Amino acid sequence: MSKNGILDSKIPDGPIEQKWDRHKNNIKVVSPANKRKFKILVVGTGLAGASASASLAELGYQVQTFCIQDSPRRAHSIAAQGGINAAKNYQNDNDSVFRLFYDTVKGGDFRAREANVYRLAQLSTNIIDQCVAQGVPFARDYGGLLANRSFGGVLVSRTFYARGQTGQQLLLGAYGAMMRQVDLGGVELFARREMLDLVVIDGKARGIVVRNLITGEIETYSGDAVLLCTGGYGNIYYLSTNAKNSNATAAWRCYKKGAFFANPNFTQIHPTCIPVSGDYQSKLTLMSESLRNDGRVWVPKKAGDNRHPNDIPEADRDYYLERRYPSYGNLVPRDVASRNAKYVCDEGRGVGETKLAVYLDFADAIKRLGEDTIRDRYGNLFEMYERITGENPYKAPMRIYPAVHYTMGGLWVDYNLMSTIPGLFVLGEANFSDHGANRLGASALMQGLADGYFVIPYTIGEYLAGEKLPKVSTADEPFSKSVKQINDNIQRLLNIKGKKTVTEFHRELGLIMWDKVGMSRNADGLREALKLIPELRKEFWENVQIPGDAKNLNKNLEFAGRVADFLELGELMALDALERNESCGGHFREDFQTPEGEALRDDENYCYTAIWEDQGTGKKPLMHKEPLTFEYVKLTQRSYK
Amino acid sequence: MDKRLNLNLNVWRQKNASDKGRFESYQLKDVSPHMSFLEMLDVLNEQIIKDGGDPVEFDNDCREGICGMCSLVIDGIPHGPQQRTASCQLHMRHYKDGDTITIEPFRAKGFPVIKDLAVDRGAFDRIVAAGGYVSVNTGNAPDGNAIPIAKEMADKAMDSSECIGCGACVAACPNASAALFVGAKISQYTYLPQGAPERTRRAERMIAQMDAEGFGNCSNHGECEAVCPKGISIVNIARMRREFVKTIFS
Ligand SMILES: Cc1cc2nc3c(=O)[nH]c(=O)nc-3n(C[C@H](O)[C@H](O)[C@H](O)COP(=O)(O)OP(=O)(O)OC[C@H]3O[C@@H](n4cnc5c(N)ncnc54)[C@H](O)[C@@H]3O)c2cc1C
Ligand code: SF4
Ligand code: FES
Repeated sequence: MSKNGILDSKIPDGPIEQKWDRHKNNIKVVSPANKRKFKILVVGTGLAGASASASLAELGYQVQTFCIQDSPRRAHSIAAQGGINAAKNYQNDNDSVFRLFYDTVKGGDFRAREANVYRLAQLSTNIIDQCVAQGVPFARDYGGLLANRSFGGVLVSRTFYARGQTGQQLLLGAYGAMMRQVDLGGVELFARREMLDLVVIDGKARGIVVRNLITGEIETYSGDAVLLCTGGYGNIYYLSTNAKNSNATAAWRCYKKGAFFANPNFTQIHPTCIPVSGDYQSKLTLMSESLRNDGRVWVPKKAGDNRHPNDIPEADRDYYLERRYPSYGNLVPRDVASRNAKYVCDEGRGVGETKLAVYLDFADAIKRLGEDTIRDRYGNLFEMYERITGENPYKAPMRIYPAVHYTMGGLWVDYNLMSTIPGLFVLGEANFSDHGANRLGASALMQGLADGYFVIPYTIGEYLAGEKLPKVSTADEPFSKSVKQINDNIQRLLNIKGKKTVTEFHRELGLIMWDKVGMSRNADGLREALKLIPELRKEFWENVQIPGDAKNLNKNLEFAGRVADFLELGELMALDALERNESCGGHFREDFQTPEGEALRDDENYCYTAIWEDQGTGKKPLMHKEPLTFEYVKLTQRSYK
Repeated sequence: MDKRLNLNLNVWRQKNASDKGRFESYQLKDVSPHMSFLEMLDVLNEQIIKDGGDPVEFDNDCREGICGMCSLVIDGIPHGPQQRTASCQLHMRHYKDGDTITIEPFRAKGFPVIKDLAVDRGAFDRIVAAGGYVSVNTGNAPDGNAIPIAKEMADKAMDSSECIGCGACVAACPNASAALFVGAKISQYTYLPQGAPERTRRAERMIAQMDAEGFGNCSNHGECEAVCPKGISIVNIARMRREFVKTIFS
């Protein structure tokens, strides 16, 4: 795959607006009669996995689909709130495919592939059409047409939404399409299964090994291609907005089997989350950034101003985003908003009990639009805030703080979404492809559905029609070998019988990651993380205490496996962050900033995707580079002033 | 406000589907009122593990009230005492120092217990497979704005579609009926033009599957609406009945 350390991304030739069409015309198509003969294993049932399962089964492929939750409808995508972008230009505000492409490349701080992003922008419009046809109840205006809202980092209004539950509604649409195929016999569903290994035969992905989470049995499945749609790894920080079961295990085990990992350090910290309230905290709750459309962010001008926010007069407030970024104001991209919140808190101007929070104030919007309009727009978010904090945000400003939210990094894929292991495709948040160093709001849902509905149904044909794929059986040696390894690993974990719980280790790792590989990083901190993480990993394998056995539902055992993988991935993230001597997007290096404290990108030396190849645990992985060229969006220093 | 709570917990423990199960009592000290109910159970589990015991298994994922995975009966009420709130969104500030809290799994014939507080709700997926969708293949869609839909209708469809598929309605119903869940899905598509062509077939098949799964009949107790974390209205059941009547006369 890799020639002279450079990977072939298979970007088609031609002008950017023609690349995808040309590619579709050139790639191979599997005949309808043959489609039935191919079996595709889809791991994950979020937007990416559910849409891919449905679309591939509709085409006639045999699909087997797996997920951790008790129902595929509960995949983490269900929690997405704010919306999904599409270049429909329904608002007549001069939006276009090019503008969405441009915004996404710029928002990603010039660390994404132009060709992929352009295709994403093109497909965005088909997604909305498809979802409407499925009966997704998007918000509409009184004329009966689809409504839009704005999201951070852009100047047009192109975000489609379904109240504050856009992910839920899109996922129910994709889940419905998939369940229809279950009914028609095209998809066979395996819930409460966790993929623990990829089986590679003759260099190709030919199967998976999963644990049945109820019986504890290790099961094997063979196929002609494997689609990894397993989401992001933000939970490595312990506290994040991700669902509790979100994890890196499937992706990590594929990495160990030869799939390369791209830009692992690129993590998104979301600016509007409910602050931590105590050390028992198990996860953080996001408040959709659509709130920044109408909410104004501020802190007191003076440190230590302990007055109730409603008693602090205008003159004593610092609306720091509006002040520093007059043209984007409260709608600056996420990384910028998050970092600025950290700065004002570092200056001692944070608010609330912990002083690790800033205000998000709706008083002006309520005055201007009335409480009813605000309730109509954000009612469920306001309710959620009140349920969690016990405070009423219609009466006093919300308190918010940044939290880990999304991982732009992921397994490396080419333009066909295929990893460095032939036959292993990676879709949705699990791949690295479209968001560069920072993801714009409302574009993850777009990417997951583009990958699943409109990219993979075409690109998988190129692989299946072009390869010789002799029959394999789960009785073959590579399967039994993997099963044995997994069983041994589980026994090893259970036999440790140490003194520290899985949660304690996870929390400790999370703190190291947040302090040293978090919102802002520096070389010394990263070097320290590279020392601390392996130490913690060593301690984990000597001192973890896992209750129960492997023969039934045992969440602690499941989590132990995931934390063990996080303890390796964390090291790779720190290494990747240390090697990238520049600031870009979510990767802010304190040692590389402008005199005004803005990120300092280094296009001369770092305009590439860093792609890591495993060399075995404890050994330094090998870095490959995919150089990035920008023909259509001029490389500029991002400015939202 | 910040006073810590000492609690007595009566928790249902059951090894597996065939085990008879029993209540076990635990004492938990120093519970912060800011904790969520599930965080309180996390703390209990850490305590049990440290004491060398088997932690209490309970399903959860998003902890934001949207995935529908959490499924506790708290003091006899599915999802507990706070209205329109899933178990994971309930916070300990609603309890007093010294309270005794009883925690059980959702109980219904259609939801067999897997272990402790975790149950099998696969029946819901099978009901959806029987017709809880619009039959449209990928790639066949006209422009999203080709068919205007009155805001009022879109809003009503959304009201029904907010169901998180948790099953509390079943657990609360004296007949263990799944009518609210099924009614919500059927209703969503009756408000939208996209759902119209197959509305009769949808109602017929989903209702048949619901019956086949062993859920009981709805006799208008209204307990389902009272416990539903999303406030799904029993109007949805009436709409389902109308659709069902149509299947008989069609
Ligand atoms: C709170 C929140 C709000 C968000 N809001 C928005 C928004 O408004 N707009 C937007 O565009 N994006 C938003 N995002 C981001 C977006 O929701 C996610 O990036 C996206 O949904 C990921 O979809 P996915 O299909 O890639 O993976 P997921 O939805 O995470 O699904 C992963 C699937 O993989 C399965 N899985 C994982 N590991 C294994 C394994 N080892 N074995 C078997 N199965 C496995 C899981 O069971 C699950 O089915 C939000 C994210 C969060 C956390
Ligand atoms: S109707 Fe309400 S209680 Fe029943 S499954 Fe849906 S959300 Fe849960
Ligand atoms: S854990 Fe998701 S709804 Fe409670």
